[in-house]
Amino acid sequence: MPNALKHLLFILVPLIVVFAVLPGVYQNHLLLFNFVIFLILAQGVNIIYGFTGYLPFGYVGFFGAGAYGFAIMVMHLQTPAALAVLVGGVVAVLLGLLLTPLLRLSGAYFAIANLAASLAVLHFVANPALEGITKGPYGVSLTGTFNPENAYYAALVVLALTVGGVIYLKNSAFGLALQAVREDAVSASMAGVDVIKMRVIAWLASALVAGLAGGIYAWYVSVFYPDNVFSGDFSIFAIVFALFGGVATITGPIVGVLILYGIYNLIGFTTPQYFQLIYGLLIMGLVLFLPAGLVSLATRRGWHVP
Amino acid sequence: MSPEPAPILKVSTLVKRFGGFHALDGLSFHVASGEILGLVGPNGSGKTTAINVISGLYAPDGGEVVFDGASVGGVASHKLVHRGINRTFQVPKPFLSLTVRENIQVALAYGRASVAPPAMEELLDDFRLTEVADRPAADLNSAQQKMLDLTRALATRPRLLLLDELAAGLNPAELDWIAGRIKALAATGMAVIVVEHLMGFIEQITDRVIVLNAGKEIFEGTLATAVREPQVIEVFLGGEHAA
Repeated sequence: MPNALKHLLFILVPLIVVFAVLPGVYQNHLLLFNFVIFLILAQGVNIIYGFTGYLPFGYVGFFGAGAYGFAIMVMHLQTPAALAVLVGGVVAVLLGLLLTPLLRLSGAYFAIANLAASLAVLHFVANPALEGITKGPYGVSLTGTFNPENAYYAALVVLALTVGGVIYLKNSAFGLALQAVREDAVSASMAGVDVIKMRVIAWLASALVAGLAGGIYAWYVSVFYPDNVFSGDFSIFAIVFALFGGVATITGPIVGVLILYGIYNLIGFTTPQYFQLIYGLLIMGLVLFLPAGLVSLATRRGWHVP
Repeated sequence: MSPEPAPILKVSTLVKRFGGFHALDGLSFHVASGEILGLVGPNGSGKTTAINVISGLYAPDGGEVVFDGASVGGVASHKLVHRGINRTFQVPKPFLSLTVRENIQVALAYGRASVAPPAMEELLDDFRLTEVADRPAADLNSAQQKMLDLTRALATRPRLLLLDELAAGLNPAELDWIAGRIKALAATGMAVIVVEHLMGFIEQITDRVIVLNAGKEIFEGTLATAVREPQVIEVFLGGEHAA
């Protein structure tokens, strides 16, 4: 059986089935929805950071752009929700195109510039002068499309596509070439790889994923403010979850979200007073002892982790 | 110069400046298919810069690089690779976290070799990488990394191969072996340009050498003649040694 098929059958299918069944047996649907959203975002970070090495500290910019793309379509054009989600994805891709010059930067400089860019988009959207279009800082209310159940299943579809995309990257010459670019751009060009094109494709793909997630998030919550959908927490969480599990793998970001976001909520329910302490210690431990993520526990022993 | 076939690469009055420094200052030379040309000269004479310009890492500031009848100065590296130029690096830059096999796969998949790309196993075998094929490139020693760098280049089936100090750091047995491999490549019709400090190695494999000084050629011919040329002796050893 080819590896890609194995990955589809034993990673993607069980993941989607579990999250499709869970709402029937577990009552906290918002929590399940958040899990799915973070699974999508962590894989989006995986695409851009794991496969190309760009750390997107302002990743939430695409998420917020997607949410507002959705909101504007629904408020002004009464677009059906599913179509508006697609527009959210397109808006994020356009923002990604606008930001492609950032790819000239590397390392911390890229991370900082990307963070600044996401703040710029936040303040652009939240500008009271744009109240007629975005409702500025006063937030949007989209009661007409409110349908958490459909939004949840839409999120599952996007999750399936995203994980499918990562499975493709993990099993194709294209994904290998992206990793080659991450390792050494000059050598990659000498292997015949168009370095700039590869980086832009990965960048736009990760923007699309976040934009679709943002659109679905807007659909699900239906009432939100710029500060909610442009909250830096989304970037930080998605990055920490992806890194905790281990990037440039299919399973790493999934494991990262399930464990860390699971612990996050467990502490939140049981001992909220220790929340930041425990969570902070966990992340410090990760950085100190497992900089390459949980999967490195296996890869160090020579086991292959998909 | 005996009658020779039309050159596959012709470099004319090439200029490359870094700020006020002229790394290449009107360099001209050519190389024919099947020929092994040595580029020698003291440190800083422009050998590596010449290779970097020919392989598209730098755009020239003047002059022309003509490959296979087309001017290619300033064309992006990956496009030159597709046209049939490839190179190795003085300090090899393999994709460290990928396995040896994956390193070569990238070049096989993206090199767009004009004829059928070489077979993976054959490449691994020819350059003594079979045993480490499934290890990450980071695990290789420096000689193996150089061989991997070379197989990465060969996987794209170049018609012009630029070797930047491939021999440095190899032991005598490895030198003999790699000299044989390079000659075998040239015998298939590949043009090879070798930048090297090891004169014995240059002597062993090249048909002709170009001696560079301060960004331009000061001698062209066989190495045996070059070492008797006063100007060559002067730039290598200093004025008082010249006859």
